[in-house]
Amino acid sequence: MKRYSGFSLFSNALSYHENWQKVWRKPTPKKVYDVVVVGGGGHGLATAYYLATVHGITNVAVVEKGYLGGGNTARNTTIIRSNYLWDEAAQLYELALKLWEGLSQELNYNVMFSQRGVLNLGHNLQDMRDIERRVNANRLNGIDGEVVSPQRIKEIAPLINISPDCRYPILGASWQPRGGTARHDAVAWGYARGADALGVDMIQQTEVTGIRRKDGAVVGVETTNGFIGARKVACVTAGNSGVVAAMAGLRLPVESRPLQALVSEPVKPCLDTVVMSNAVHGYVSQSDKGDLVIGAGVDSYNGYGQRGSFHVIEHTLQAICELFPAFSRVQMNRQWGGVVDTCPDACPIISKTSVQGLYFNCGWGTGGFKATPGSGYVFADTVANDRPHPIAAPFTIDRFNSGALIDEHGAAGVAH
Amino acid sequence: MLLIYCPHCCEYRDEEEFSYSGEAHISRPTKPESLSDEEWGDYLFFRKNPKGIHHEMWCHSVGCRQFFNVTRNTLSYEILETYKVGSQPKVSGGDQ
Repeated sequence: MKRYSGFSLFSNALSYHENWQKVWRKPTPKKVYDVVVVGGGGHGLATAYYLATVHGITNVAVVEKGYLGGGNTARNTTIIRSNYLWDEAAQLYELALKLWEGLSQELNYNVMFSQRGVLNLGHNLQDMRDIERRVNANRLNGIDGEVVSPQRIKEIAPLINISPDCRYPILGASWQPRGGTARHDAVAWGYARGADALGVDMIQQTEVTGIRRKDGAVVGVETTNGFIGARKVACVTAGNSGVVAAMAGLRLPVESRPLQALVSEPVKPCLDTVVMSNAVHGYVSQSDKGDLVIGAGVDSYNGYGQRGSFHVIEHTLQAICELFPAFSRVQMNRQWGGVVDTCPDACPIISKTSVQGLYFNCGWGTGGFKATPGSGYVFADTVANDRPHPIAAPFTIDRFNSGALIDEHGAAGVAH
Repeated sequence: MLLIYCPHCCEYRDEEEFSYSGEAHISRPTKPESLSDEEWGDYLFFRKNPKGIHHEMWCHSVGCRQFFNVTRNTLSYEILETYKVGSQPKVSGGDQ
């Protein structure tokens, strides 16, 4: 892999940028791999990358039915934070945030990670009690955060309406300065490039149609391009996790639902942080390109259509216009939906299964993007060593039978 | 936007009048105390999540406020039938 640098930019300019190295190869699948990762989104690519870098397992294939990073990785609103309430979840998301902080350097790929801070607004007394409890819990876990007043919120985001006589007045917020956003595509591409350089095969346009097992252990995957042998199969297929699990005769406690988002026309810089509100249910940030990235809710019913209900957008935009009256004149450009696999306790499943050599990383629901590096890191460790990584141990599928749920509905809050 | 036929009101109404209540035809165990952890967890948390035909319960929450069942395709969102709780669906789509 040729490294990107100021020098490489200069030298490629001399040949009119026509001789850049391909970012990844287009290999023909081998007969058998040590690990096949099903799903070429951010989490799957991160898993492959850490298998190669941390665990030295390079005989790996990532099998993707569409193109790399074309599913939920391309559809989220790129918000990153780690202010989760419970110790288990906080550790997982904080691991991810720490990896984010060094990711561009590690991957030699600019993921445009911008620590512009995240505000989670409170609109009533109970919101504020919850926010104070969560911020205190975060600080005990070594995660930055503070409770801020409406005046401080106004300093951070001057366009916001903190008037006390609106329908849902803002009483305060939690503020995580280390949170922010990143470029979603770059994350997938950076991981793919890094993994490819170490010999991981990216197999695109190949849909897994079955998981072949023998004596209770996996032996490979059936795909639309033939059988691919595998000693271990790691499934990271988000909204389609239930479908993939059924191929191995397994059931998962997830339900797939479309989550929507939309972007406005590009406008001049007006919001240099991320604002989220559980109570009025909306969140907004401004991309480097200038468009307002607005997050809408998840549909109330199951669905695999990558679109969402119209009235959900309507509710979200009501919330955004309530928070930022100036945005009421901004025109919306595009709207889309991604299928997320929601778990009963709003926490992911990172787990071995009853089938030997088959692993699942799913159930990230509405907030998986922020966890991409951490998810890949602990899942790669789980797959490589055939036991849960210590941070992933509370997130096994067994918790739905033991009752040891990690209820993060509060911190997961607004579907994002 | 779904247009849902309420079998109690005998009318097509907009989806905003309804609320979703999850998978249909789940009966509460008659003796919860005798269930194993697996069976109880299964009852509480494990739901069918098919890509295709799904039987699900809806409530006409701002209308007649009664529950009923819907057979819907979760990929095309086509509603194939609605029927009252207690009756069986005419359309079924296999197990997954």
